[in-house]
Amino acid sequence: MTQSFLQEFGARSNGATADAPDWLEPVRRAAMDRFAATGFPTVRDEEWRFTPVGPIAQGAWRQASGLVRGVTREQLAPFIFGHPEWTTLVFVDGVYAEALSSVGALAPEVRVGSLAEALRADGAMLEQHLARYAPIAGSPFTALSTAFLRDGGFVHVPANVDLAQPVHLVFVTTVEATGSVTHPRNLIMVDRGARASVIESYVTLAPGLVYWTNAVTEVVAGANSWLEHTRIQRESEQAFHVGLTHVEQQQDSHYRSFSMAMGAALARHNLHVRLNGENVETLMYGLYVTEGDQVADNHTAIYHDEPNCRSWEVYKGILDDRSRAVFNGKVFVKPKAQKTDAKQTNRNLLLSDTAKVNTKPQLEIFADDVKCTHGATVGRLDDVALFYARSRGIPAAEAQRLLTYAFAAEVIEEVALEPVRDELERLVRERLGAV
Amino acid sequence: MARKTAMLEVKGLRATAGDKEILRGIDLTVNPGEVHAVMGPNGSGKSTLAQVLAGHPAYEVTAGRVLYDGKDLLDMEPEERAQAGIFLAFQYPVEIPGISNAYFLRAAYNEIRKARGLEEVDSMDFLDLLEEKLRLVEWGPEIMSRAVNSGFSGGEKKRNEILQMAVLEPRLAILDETDSGLDIDALRVVASGVNALRRPNNATIVVTHYQRLLNYIVPDRVHVLVGGRIVRSGGKELALELEARGYEWLEEAAEAAL
Repeated sequence: MTQSFLQEFGARSNGATADAPDWLEPVRRAAMDRFAATGFPTVRDEEWRFTPVGPIAQGAWRQASGLVRGVTREQLAPFIFGHPEWTTLVFVDGVYAEALSSVGALAPEVRVGSLAEALRADGAMLEQHLARYAPIAGSPFTALSTAFLRDGGFVHVPANVDLAQPVHLVFVTTVEATGSVTHPRNLIMVDRGARASVIESYVTLAPGLVYWTNAVTEVVAGANSWLEHTRIQRESEQAFHVGLTHVEQQQDSHYRSFSMAMGAALARHNLHVRLNGENVETLMYGLYVTEGDQVADNHTAIYHDEPNCRSWEVYKGILDDRSRAVFNGKVFVKPKAQKTDAKQTNRNLLLSDTAKVNTKPQLEIFADDVKCTHGATVGRLDDVALFYARSRGIPAAEAQRLLTYAFAAEVIEEVALEPVRDELERLVRERLGAV
Repeated sequence: MARKTAMLEVKGLRATAGDKEILRGIDLTVNPGEVHAVMGPNGSGKSTLAQVLAGHPAYEVTAGRVLYDGKDLLDMEPEERAQAGIFLAFQYPVEIPGISNAYFLRAAYNEIRKARGLEEVDSMDFLDLLEEKLRLVEWGPEIMSRAVNSGFSGGEKKRNEILQMAVLEPRLAILDETDSGLDIDALRVVASGVNALRRPNNATIVVTHYQRLLNYIVPDRVHVLVGGRIVRSGGKELALELEARGYEWLEEAAEAAL
């Protein structure tokens, strides 16, 4: 199927060339060449050992046209969270939909909008950043994203500006995109001393339909910046979702990520964070909730390149039915990265006998004066806790839901911004049927 | 004088944990308005008795029966017992990170109301109700936004059990070693909370190792459990005798009787 991508690339059938700056073409070409050389990964690749991407590799995917009309604000209401004061950018089948978007009150120098538009207006500035961080050699999916790069969110918060309200990027897939692939591509730049909260939502108006989202987000967190980055994946339960978030952190910056996966038949998210300066703090939280035959895969990698940095990671999973989760957490500590403090935890709650988890920490530490710990658990609800809740009058089934929710809420609590936290709690309560 | 109907009637109760028999024939009758103390050395089965009455799934009842308000208690699920007015204050209250004390307690309160055909209360009305109950345990409202027992000190956990009890207003409260590990201030708060909740139609079973708590919560009857059996029952003076003499003489007597 690699061949069909080459043909599509040659024909530019997804309309990706219009008005793009000249420098982008060789970048795309290199990415396409890279993909042509590697093709899709298989379970023989260590990075994809537990994640069967066969259905993606063998699919005859069209590039989504992105020319959808007729989507209304009412249809999007369940995904927008009802915060008119937020900036909400809506992308329909991969393309910015201005009529469905709303931009809140922003400082004049702040740039928030469509990447395609930014490429037209600000191409020279983007050249230094776009596709410079997420390496095409890192994954064939990233190579495809860069080759077919078309649109997505562009957020630039200049030095010392506090964005005040979150920016919500909503990627919605419609029935029109059935059988096709979109490549949402985001660039988030939070400069020195700036502060922002950015949410990415991957949602669908076509529940039960098959499509594929191949998303890449590049993040640059400048010196002494603060960024909360939330990712909510609620694709169709038959869809495929592959995503990479690549973060570059400068000295004294604080980056916190919360990645929630509830949708898709097969979902894979890679979160890579590189610590480029001293005194960086990185918090990585994750929650996956799966049922049926869903597969949720999270691969995280944190690169402690510099001394005196702290990373803290907690991913939790709730698995029902025959669903499966994969967690791989890499921590690389360079020889010079002394006084690194890294902690990684992966906890899984099984609600059925047939759910399964493959969890693997992978620590490669080349400095000697560091504190690095990891731990993984796979278990069930605690019988004594269940009895405790029941002894207070809560029926068994309710008590199970309550404790399952509590398991999830413990990590959602780590989301800093209350309105975002509230929405995540609501989504999980709905999903678990909890009170 | 009309004979009082017993609230709780335990007859020949035997229970095992795994293949170990812990309760070996318990008889106990509790009437409305009464406070019963169940005392005994470590491992005598007194906590097991408390947990079996609340329906702990770790124990299997192998013989005997328990009537609560004339109904077969052993036939009821733990939540049905709670809905019928039984409350167990845990010896080791469970930590539930992730949900707040207020959320948990309101869920319990509403489930019990629902089971009784009453309307559920919203969070605002519940806060009003809480205010009064918090005063009883000398607590401010901050405790309600903390996760259930999570990171609580031993004393805070026990106090939280009494708060739950105050909100759920049980007919039969069973306090399982609520006094152990408490300093004198916490003990006073816990005891005065329990006393404030006493009603003519309620009853309390206080399971304890020490006589100390009974200075504050004065029992009508004291029972001594040894080796899974009640070996002696008496008035409140029995507790004082135990404090003075320890449990050995009763343990020896129990062994001699075998």
